[in-house]
Amino acid sequence: MNQETREQMNVVIVGHVDHGKSTLIGRLLADTGSLPDGKLEAVKENCRKTSKPFEYAFLLDALKDEQSQGITIDTARCFFKSETRDYIIIDAPGHIEFLKNMITGAARAEAAMLVIDAHEGIKENSKRHGYMMSFLGIKNITVCVNKMDMVDYDEKIFEDIKKEYSEFLDEINLIPLHFIPISARDGENMTETSSMMPWYKGVNVLDALDYFKKALPNYAKDLRFPIQDIYKFTSQGDDRRIFAGRVESGSIRKGDDVVFLPSGKKSKVTSVEGFNISETNEAFAGQSSGVCLDTQIYLRPGEIMCRADQRLAHVSRKIKVNIFWMGKQPFVKNKNYKLKIATTQVPVVLSEIISVLDASELSSIANKSQIDRHDVAECVLETLKPITFDDVNHIAETGRFVVVDNYEIAGGGIIIAPVFEGASQLTEHIKKREFSWERSDITPEKRGFKYQHKSALIVITGETNVGKIDIAKALEEELFKLGKFTYFLGISNEFLTRGANANDKTINKLQHLQQLGELAHVMTDSGLILITSVSDVDVYEIEMLKSLNRPNKTFVVNVGDNQLAGEGVDLQLGEKEKSDVGVRKIVDLLLKSILVDPDYSI
Amino acid sequence: MQHMTKLEHLEAQSIYILREAYREFKSLVMLWSIGKDSTVLAWLARKAFFGHLPIPFVHIDTNFKIPEMIEYRDRLALEWKVNMIVGQNTDALKLKNTFPDGKVDRIACCKALKTEALKHTLAGDWPRKRLNLEKGEYEIDKNTEPYTGVIVGVRADEEGSRSKERYFSPRDLNNDWDIGDQPPELWNQFKTDFAPGTHLRIHPLLDWTELNIWEYIEKENIPITSLYFDKGEGKRYRSLGCYPCTTPVESTAKNVAEIVEELRTGKFTNIAERSGRAQDKEDGGGLETLRADGYM
Repeated sequence: MNQETREQMNVVIVGHVDHGKSTLIGRLLADTGSLPDGKLEAVKENCRKTSKPFEYAFLLDALKDEQSQGITIDTARCFFKSETRDYIIIDAPGHIEFLKNMITGAARAEAAMLVIDAHEGIKENSKRHGYMMSFLGIKNITVCVNKMDMVDYDEKIFEDIKKEYSEFLDEINLIPLHFIPISARDGENMTETSSMMPWYKGVNVLDALDYFKKALPNYAKDLRFPIQDIYKFTSQGDDRRIFAGRVESGSIRKGDDVVFLPSGKKSKVTSVEGFNISETNEAFAGQSSGVCLDTQIYLRPGEIMCRADQRLAHVSRKIKVNIFWMGKQPFVKNKNYKLKIATTQVPVVLSEIISVLDASELSSIANKSQIDRHDVAECVLETLKPITFDDVNHIAETGRFVVVDNYEIAGGGIIIAPVFEGASQLTEHIKKREFSWERSDITPEKRGFKYQHKSALIVITGETNVGKIDIAKALEEELFKLGKFTYFLGISNEFLTRGANANDKTINKLQHLQQLGELAHVMTDSGLILITSVSDVDVYEIEMLKSLNRPNKTFVVNVGDNQLAGEGVDLQLGEKEKSDVGVRKIVDLLLKSILVDPDYSI
Repeated sequence: MQHMTKLEHLEAQSIYILREAYREFKSLVMLWSIGKDSTVLAWLARKAFFGHLPIPFVHIDTNFKIPEMIEYRDRLALEWKVNMIVGQNTDALKLKNTFPDGKVDRIACCKALKTEALKHTLAGDWPRKRLNLEKGEYEIDKNTEPYTGVIVGVRADEEGSRSKERYFSPRDLNNDWDIGDQPPELWNQFKTDFAPGTHLRIHPLLDWTELNIWEYIEKENIPITSLYFDKGEGKRYRSLGCYPCTTPVESTAKNVAEIVEELRTGKFTNIAERSGRAQDKEDGGGLETLRADGYM
């Protein structure tokens, strides 16, 4: 077989602690001659010196702590070849304490071998790990019933475990390819058929590996191309504006009409880019690529490019999900977390817990108000901005997410469906705010009469360095001269969100706009014409700002070309326009709407 | 439509990781040891960024590197327009506190000339030299800002502790690595949120094997230093380091294709790749000890 086109497969070995996962791998490596020369002898010698009985697991447990404690702490990868394939065998820890390490290992795998101790039988983590395989979408599973030597190679014990565990797997829609009785320590049914268990007619462990099937690539599905970044290396004399990302499913080629979600912006692919590649006209699922477009559209990383002629991804702010929690702190309502899906990052809250499951028993835990470490739950999440995603059964790559709590990835989940009904977190918040707000006796009408105008928030938007602040200040001065009650709030994103993670632009921006919205609401409530500027906002963010400022009026004045592309904009100014002309236009707009004769009625 | 090959998968994943790192971290550098792995990494960066190298490269010059390595470094840096930064433990060299000078053992020498030099070069409190691409000369770099993210070309198949690495691996202020409590990584979601002061290692080559590296060098025709090839003496280097602590292996492979063939036929199947690196053999867990302390 051609070496370069040989298949490679990642297989994770899972199961309860001490059921012999590392021993299985160690033995497999030793029996297939995959260990470096002298490694076996060196480990044996080390055991002799420290008066420990030799175990094959020591070949895997490379860390000093692991060897001294005799358990696997972290996932290890070993490389091993069969006749037909190259394998990366992932040794996952079985101790509950290290569940997140096990998940890390398993999430990289395409197939799993689940090890159960014949002597101890099915334990809680045998089930929990089985459940996690189903959760992670691993369908290729073989079960090894290990330590058969400790039960005198008794067929009945094997059959009982097989029956009980098959029933469990059946409940979570997993059908194992094989059940193999083995003794990893003694090498029975590992690489050769065991003579100790003549009653067993099936395959050995080595053969079972080769029976795992590679999943078909996502070529034929709908295009999902999450934008990872947008590059323009102008300083190096390169004028290409490249939308970089990995094709997660489907394919893209030159000339395709595309739609970006959630913004809904449309364009056409003019080229598929790459470096040192021969074929530059198309890219397929799995490839890290990049495209250039025929229109100058403004997007942020995180949008997903879909093909206009195919089924589009879902866009929603509420999602029904299954989640498992690894965080030290529980997952609770009324707290802000961060959701990462494909290349998007967005604030998220837990809005409803539908059910919590004990994954080791598949039993529901009733009436839980929080999701604790190692729980699996069905719940509804709400993001602050709409996200783009798929049902995990349609396209897994865009149907999986993680939740970050205080810098740590604390949960992982899969999306079952979008949720469209119900009020959003933001409207709920505004409702509560209005309820608890003790209104002044001076009504907006009285203030309007006094100041000769209604209050308003004027937001000047546009890319950085298009003269937004100049216009804002000139406007303030003009209105001030006209005797209006006005104020320019020149506060930068950086200042309002200081202390937040500086890497996190999207989240910073949203936090900034939330604070700005609250602040604007107070100031416009006092009857003020508040003027401020924000850079690089999208339609959802402007909508959020307007919502927070309600019932007071918001005007959006946009300078130049940017991602708003006219949506939600009350007045559009050219980038080259002088600020006095801009100010004139804004004042004209205000004259029509708020600078009216005080005798108006509401 | 054909299946992606193993190498195409590895390439796509490494590029994905490089782009994640570049988007999420501003003070980022890539460590270039001049060896085959970090040179493949440099090549992958050119792929990820469509021919450009927006991330600076850092090389730690121990002054005991095989001379061809330095010559090769500067030639490639000029050709690829690398933003090249070089750091060195000049004090230890001046005081001759090195293993070749007979004053300290191998591990202590590695710590001083590599680990310490790297820590301080990244922190910016020791002088950094930057290659002026127009003049072709090194100048003292005025920028002394610390680099908090380091992209490193380690591979899981090299050695036990490296087999347990994450793609994105946090280190604390002292560069300490808490091996027992590493962040989870799921479905290409890596830990990219950090408390201030966290240092980060990024490992795009974790899933590659030694053979994959050579197959890829062959496929992409990546220029590689000739120290890896036999020049008629029946010897070549399999892993590059400082000359006092690195010995060549017996091999008659004269070019990349012959190395690929040699590795495929299993000549070295049972010999550790770093077996020519003397420091690994000190103290039973030499490399784990070094790495927990900040060695790459």
